[in-house]
Amino acid sequence: MAILVDKDTRVIVQGITGGQGTFHSGSMLEYGTKIVAGVTPGKAGESIHGIPVFDSVREAKDAHDATASIIFVPAPFAGDAAMEAIAADLNPVVVITEHVPVKDEIRMIHEAKRKGITVIGPNTPGVITPGAKQKVAIMPGHVFSAGNVGLMSRSGTLTYEIAAGMTNAGIGISTALGLGGDPCVGLTTIEAVKLFEQDKDTKALVVVGEIGGDAEERAAAYIKKNYDLPVVGFIAGRTAPPGKRMGHAGAIISGSSGTAAAKIKAMNDAGIPVAEKPSDVARLLKENM
Amino acid sequence: MKLFEHEAKEIFRTFKMPTPPGGFAKTSAEAKKRAIEVGKPVVVKALVLSGKRGKAGGVKFADTPEEAEKFAEEILAMRINDLPVEAVLIEEKLDIQQEIYAGITIDRNERKYVVIGSAAGGMSIEELAEESPEKIVKMHVDPSLGFQAYEAREMAIAMGFKGKQINQLGSFFLKLWNIVDAFDVELTEINPLILAKDGRFLAADARLNIDDNSLYRHKDFIEKIKREPVEQNERERLATENDMAYVELDGNIACICNGAGLTMATLDAVSVYGGKASTFLDLGGGADAERVERGIEIAMMYSNVKAILVNIMAGITRCDDVAKGILSARDDGDIKVPLVIRMVGTNEEEGQELLTKAGIPFLKTMEDAASKIVELAKEVA
Repeated sequence: MAILVDKDTRVIVQGITGGQGTFHSGSMLEYGTKIVAGVTPGKAGESIHGIPVFDSVREAKDAHDATASIIFVPAPFAGDAAMEAIAADLNPVVVITEHVPVKDEIRMIHEAKRKGITVIGPNTPGVITPGAKQKVAIMPGHVFSAGNVGLMSRSGTLTYEIAAGMTNAGIGISTALGLGGDPCVGLTTIEAVKLFEQDKDTKALVVVGEIGGDAEERAAAYIKKNYDLPVVGFIAGRTAPPGKRMGHAGAIISGSSGTAAAKIKAMNDAGIPVAEKPSDVARLLKENM
Repeated sequence: MKLFEHEAKEIFRTFKMPTPPGGFAKTSAEAKKRAIEVGKPVVVKALVLSGKRGKAGGVKFADTPEEAEKFAEEILAMRINDLPVEAVLIEEKLDIQQEIYAGITIDRNERKYVVIGSAAGGMSIEELAEESPEKIVKMHVDPSLGFQAYEAREMAIAMGFKGKQINQLGSFFLKLWNIVDAFDVELTEINPLILAKDGRFLAADARLNIDDNSLYRHKDFIEKIKREPVEQNERERLATENDMAYVELDGNIACICNGAGLTMATLDAVSVYGGKASTFLDLGGGADAERVERGIEIAMMYSNVKAILVNIMAGITRCDDVAKGILSARDDGDIKVPLVIRMVGTNEEEGQELLTKAGIPFLKTMEDAASKIVELAKEVA
């Protein structure tokens, strides 16, 4: 078992004919992902890695019984692509694209919410469920091994770093997901905790946060009250200066809010040990499981 | 993109939002002229993209055009929060009955715009939230409906206004929302919004930040204001041009990594071992040899840099490409400081072999690499 993506997930790739879309479709297929169709308006009839391309999401879904979408469309058009996937009732909708205008993000997130659909991202590396050999993601599959720890993060390579450390320590993952590096993202940290809470095969959680906002503080408060299984945290940006965007649009300390110190304190107050270095995550998991 | 006050007010006026009469001046002589045009006592304000300019002495009141000229000269010679003052704004000094706060920003948790108002303006919203949070009124904007006129009036009522002021202030909030919607604004503040003794509401200040990701929609406006959207030094500009995230800090170790979270974590690891980073440089996904070389070049342009740590977690990126980039930077003589490389992932063995052959230290873990670079940086410092 897992969350969001399992063996039955059937994926549409929006923007499959672009450089990123083509490259990552290849890597997903190689990993085992069931990609059933691609969409690029105006390119119906083409095929990429043997996957048929359609003009619209609805046509692709109807022809191939798709359940989920991953979006590689350039930022100016990504909001529209997400709205199209939401209109076609695909779930989840994973938006890889970075630099999507926040106004477009707000619109897609609330339309999805209204319809009960999960948007992951934007600016996410996606979702991977190693046990089902399915990734709706740009994550390198080989660093993740199957197991029973849920992993959520606001970044990409840092997630791989931590996952690789877990794999080396013999700890496997039920599902790993990138929440996205933007200030406004679809699935929030607290919602991800709730999803993992409902998955009976996830026996522990790793919450990888970073400076900016207070999603980690809120999740910590929820965990303290409701989540009984072991949780380990990591917060990036302990040494980041205030007022600077540290690579991610959402990674910014504004005034006195969004600091790593506040997040670490909230996690510790909730009984969550916070790793000082990425490699400490696996050790803390072993100690607490 | 942060707008200067006069640029923001230009937009305000387009939306029929009242602002005090006045104008912009680049010299003290021009400032005097503006003050004569206003014909009343004026306020002389530094135009800088920084808060707290009042505290820094960048806002002064002048009773005569001559005084305005003198203050303008002083202010134009100032640096505020390390930024030069290149122009001043001369505006009529208002007879103040009340200072009000009005703003719109994004609530990250709700994923909605939030309209914020307070009848106790003048101080910063952070200070106000500390001192008297009960005086702050907030309303979230429905993402599918937008902010509506009756909600704007409800804001004014909740802030304690009565009679015709409800419509006047309501209309101010509604216009502010229309600007946010039209210009992809991620943060706007009018602090203070003035209720003058004669009963008018005027935007005495204006802060307006446009979402950088939306700038492609506002090309006409950017062309009109005739300046670069973002103030950057040479290194920052080069990094932006090359799609790299780059932040300068006050330490001496440049951290060049792939991915924002990993770069932040690398800075943090350097600090765990007693070092201090000079540079956050995120190469982004799928960096090839050329990109790595370019990143090293940019990092080396910052004079604080005494050592370089390259930390790569290769997924889409290939370690042999990274190694080639490093070797090529070294062969071109770009690397004049100690260098430590840590990389794992795709094509790790090939990359390692290239570096080992070239005699460049290569470490397997982030911890070892961070501790090694701190040691080397201490030796050269």
